[in-house]
Amino acid sequence: MADPAANGNTDSGGSRIGRVPAGYWLAGAFLLVVPSFASNFVMYQIFGWSFILGMISLSLMFLAGYGGMFSLAQMTVAGLAGYVVAICGTSAITDISQNWPWYINIPAALLIAAIFATIVGWLAVRTEGIYTIMITLAVASAFFYFTRQNYVLFNGFSGFNGIFPPQLFGVDWRNPIAFYYLALFWAVFWYLAVLYVSRSPMGLALQGIRDNPRRMAALGFDVTLHRVAAYTFAAFPAAIGGILLTWQSAQISPGTAGIGPVIDILVIAVIGGLRHPIGPFVGAFVYVILKSFSIDILVALGMAGERFQLLIGLGFLAIVFWSPDGLLGLWAKLRDLNRRDPLIGRLVRRL
Amino acid sequence: MVRRFARAHPWWSIWIAVATLVLLYLIFAIWPPWLIALLGKKKLFLNSLFNGITLGSLYFLIASGFTLIFGLMRNVNLAHGSLYMLGGYIGYLVGDLTGYWLLAFPAAFVAVGLFGILLQYFVFRRMEGEDIRQTLVTLGISIVLADIMLWMFGGDFYNISPPSWLSGPMDTFFVTGVKRSSGELIYLKYPLVRIAILIASIVIGVGMWLALNRTRIGMLIRAGVDDRDILSASGIRIQLVFVAVFAFGAGLAGMAGVVGGTFQSIAPGEDIRFLLASLVVVIVGGMGSIPGAALGAVIIGIAEQFGSVYFPTYAVVVTFLIMVLVLAFRPRGLLGRN
Amino acid sequence: MKTRTLLAVLAATFLTATAHAQTLKVGALATLEGTYTALGEDGMRGLRLALSQANNMAGGREIEIIVAGTDASPDSAVRAARKVVEQDGVELLIGPLSGSEGIALRDYSKTQPHVTFINGISGAQETTFVDPSENFFRFNMDGAQWSAGLGEYIYNVKGYETIATIAEDYSFTYTQVLGLALGYCAAGGEITERIWVPLGTKDFASIIAALPDDVDALYLGLGGGDAVNFLNQYQQAGGDAQLVGGTIMVDGTVLSSKGDAKNALIGVPSSGPQADTWDDPNWQAFVKAYQDEFPPDQRFPSPSLMATGYYNATTAAVSCLNEVGGDLSDGQAAFRSCLSNLVLDAPNGEIKLDGNRQAIGTNFISEVVELEDGTLATQLVKIVPNVNQTLGIDPETFAGFGVPGRDVPECKSSY
Repeated sequence: MADPAANGNTDSGGSRIGRVPAGYWLAGAFLLVVPSFASNFVMYQIFGWSFILGMISLSLMFLAGYGGMFSLAQMTVAGLAGYVVAICGTSAITDISQNWPWYINIPAALLIAAIFATIVGWLAVRTEGIYTIMITLAVASAFFYFTRQNYVLFNGFSGFNGIFPPQLFGVDWRNPIAFYYLALFWAVFWYLAVLYVSRSPMGLALQGIRDNPRRMAALGFDVTLHRVAAYTFAAFPAAIGGILLTWQSAQISPGTAGIGPVIDILVIAVIGGLRHPIGPFVGAFVYVILKSFSIDILVALGMAGERFQLLIGLGFLAIVFWSPDGLLGLWAKLRDLNRRDPLIGRLVRRL
Repeated sequence: MVRRFARAHPWWSIWIAVATLVLLYLIFAIWPPWLIALLGKKKLFLNSLFNGITLGSLYFLIASGFTLIFGLMRNVNLAHGSLYMLGGYIGYLVGDLTGYWLLAFPAAFVAVGLFGILLQYFVFRRMEGEDIRQTLVTLGISIVLADIMLWMFGGDFYNISPPSWLSGPMDTFFVTGVKRSSGELIYLKYPLVRIAILIASIVIGVGMWLALNRTRIGMLIRAGVDDRDILSASGIRIQLVFVAVFAFGAGLAGMAGVVGGTFQSIAPGEDIRFLLASLVVVIVGGMGSIPGAALGAVIIGIAEQFGSVYFPTYAVVVTFLIMVLVLAFRPRGLLGRN
Repeated sequence: MKTRTLLAVLAATFLTATAHAQTLKVGALATLEGTYTALGEDGMRGLRLALSQANNMAGGREIEIIVAGTDASPDSAVRAARKVVEQDGVELLIGPLSGSEGIALRDYSKTQPHVTFINGISGAQETTFVDPSENFFRFNMDGAQWSAGLGEYIYNVKGYETIATIAEDYSFTYTQVLGLALGYCAAGGEITERIWVPLGTKDFASIIAALPDDVDALYLGLGGGDAVNFLNQYQQAGGDAQLVGGTIMVDGTVLSSKGDAKNALIGVPSSGPQADTWDDPNWQAFVKAYQDEFPPDQRFPSPSLMATGYYNATTAAVSCLNEVGGDLSDGQAAFRSCLSNLVLDAPNGEIKLDGNRQAIGTNFISEVVELEDGTLATQLVKIVPNVNQTLGIDPETFAGFGVPGRDVPECKSSY
């Protein structure tokens, strides 16, 4: 992910091993050996958090990039999954947590998150395009306010603390190296899964619906069904991300899926780029670096350390203005500059 | 018109008539004990009702601009809350400097309206027709504006003080009960400033309705909401209409900021709150419709106020529940066109 | 030049934290993003004041402060802490500011036994009362302690025999009402109704109409914007009941808010860990040092709770570092034992720690007054010394109340 070479393959195919571009091998090898030189902080926080935010943004990217549906409820889906793990599993709030084993509470979390996402999807797809942002933002806020007020199930304002991953295979999954590989595994898994689905009949139909719903309907596709199914599918990367996020910070509270984080997920996806599943991970990495070091960076630039939001907001605006395809688009532009045919001065497109 | 409606929807008409009668009874009658046992004190009920309507009038001011901009330009202006807040801060500064509360309104309207013109001219005009991109830009603007305002005004709470002739409560002619000892009627006391704001909103709302339905520019705007492409093809300088509508919508939000700063307060975070409020109001009322915004605003305002008294824990959630219900049965909102 | 610094910062990201040199790295955590930025900044002022009074030296070592900002959410607090602890390698961390951040940091501190955590000003009871952490020290009192003495005062001196409480619906105000109820009910008062409003309620108009009018006084446990809005709308509705304020109802953010709403607070009794106009020389010196250190437009008129809290935490750290000569070897054993046994002569009264490393300190009952320059401040009416975490009640009985909540504890004259 840190290797820009991986981004260079936005439009090349790669389902067979022989055709996997060199960038993938390089990026894969790099990510595998990160623990050999990086500090715990870098593994656990910088990379671990990037992978998690990347996965949640990936689910938004899937909906927005392939389906044209900008759902702001993906962080909410992630938060709900985290809550279910806290409620069904083990936490310091013993009055509520059920102490069920991991093989029940994790599937339960995924299932409930998927059902929730399906309902949200069903509500949102009844109107088209632009309304989605409004409706999902409202749903996300409703979830935030509800969890903050409900003490019976969500433990209100305080939420849950002391939520740890199960000691599976004798490994402490909160150990930085173990957590790094766990997050890496799921990030790669969902990256490939989204790539695969995007080229499957279902994914192609979704892209067709994005571009021209009427024609797809005329061709006999059930537009609504495909859109709702996309929400259901997108729930899974978000839910896994949410569970990992809960384990990483060992707690979950209403603020985890508050309005700020909900918007951040959109910002991450847009900064990275919505055209290819690598985009959200690039965006997440940039976001995490900025978030962790904004004070140091701003002070080094001679500004007040508190202006992180300004930095991210201006960066976001610049991206939307000059490169609607995000950093990926920027990269593609740079690459294309070098690939102009010297004779005709035009772009030579690689197919 | 009423007769036509009654003929077309006989059942609806009966329901509306019954509901109106019940409401009138609840407002004007002296409550018998069984009603008090059921609904609590009449004072509470009347207060919640009126507070809901006055809060709704604030929501209407914000949401009408939002819905107008959305209807005409398909631009979901996620920076609308920031415009509200900007108006509140400007209103405070002007009111504080000049000492005239009334001056805060035109000042906020003009300043925020000008800002809206700049936004429309330099930003949105460049990405016309790309609704998602415009929406993303408004999101970016709201993040940046929020931080700049935090920078300039700090985290303090700004409360715009109305002039002394508007502060405090006034006696109304609504009876809330009878004094047990003397048999004297007890009348409802109600904050004067909220009544003033209610009247102002009604005036603005009626004015807007007249402007939209009786003037040439209103006709253009309505035509634009119906079919923008045809309108621009007919030789109208649609850019001018856009700028005018955006400026007006932004100005209304700015003025609403002064209203909000008067009976609530202005502080970081209020932008998101009022953005959400306008979203919910517009989704419930119907996107792009001014009467829809008025209906949605009153419904949400009343729901919030009754919620805060009768089930305080989930008061905030109730409004969202209404939204979900409306979405489920009328995806385009109560008065939106399907 | 700047680019180079930037690159250095980024490069440092990928390298393992370097071993510590002679300078002592201290992490500072405060809310520097979002709504509570102003509070976090004042906390940092308290910390910087303490350091500048110590000439930036402690135990013969120069202190390097590494600031990390949070947005008041527990997630952000843990992330910021992890950054300064694991990346920058601080040996000592001062912070955080808000209640749930404190609980999250307490949990995190257990995974970092080689670092000492000193709480900034976060006031959740649970942080040190339930499952405390060996290396987490708190030199400020919690929400319940901040209410100590208020109940007795309003019953005995003010003569309020019945009250209703109206407060934000979350853990901090639960503990505040707990502290109030224990004293007030034991003195003979009765709490007839407890109204909980969601955090962030901005339109109180109907709630105000629903307030009971057959009580002697209303206790207000609101903070920040909610408090300002309540006062504003209460005046508009012509409310004239006697008011009693919680700690954050009368803190600097509300007392220095812009507009007339705050004037409804004049004469209102409340309690908290400080009283702005206390004439104690120690306190006066602290206020003066604060005012001299920072220009008027970059500070509150007088130090807020946050400034005092961070100041005390930093002073405690500095004096113990001096005592052990900057020696943090052996898992900081000597330093920690010094902290545990320290009697801190703080500007807001003497503070020492109990077995859970929780402050036993002084509480102040005060009333809001208008100063000559038109600003509002709290004026001392009574000092309550030696307030411990269980408010003088037998720890087992106290723990028996359960977690403070909407109806916990009941209002009884004896427990």
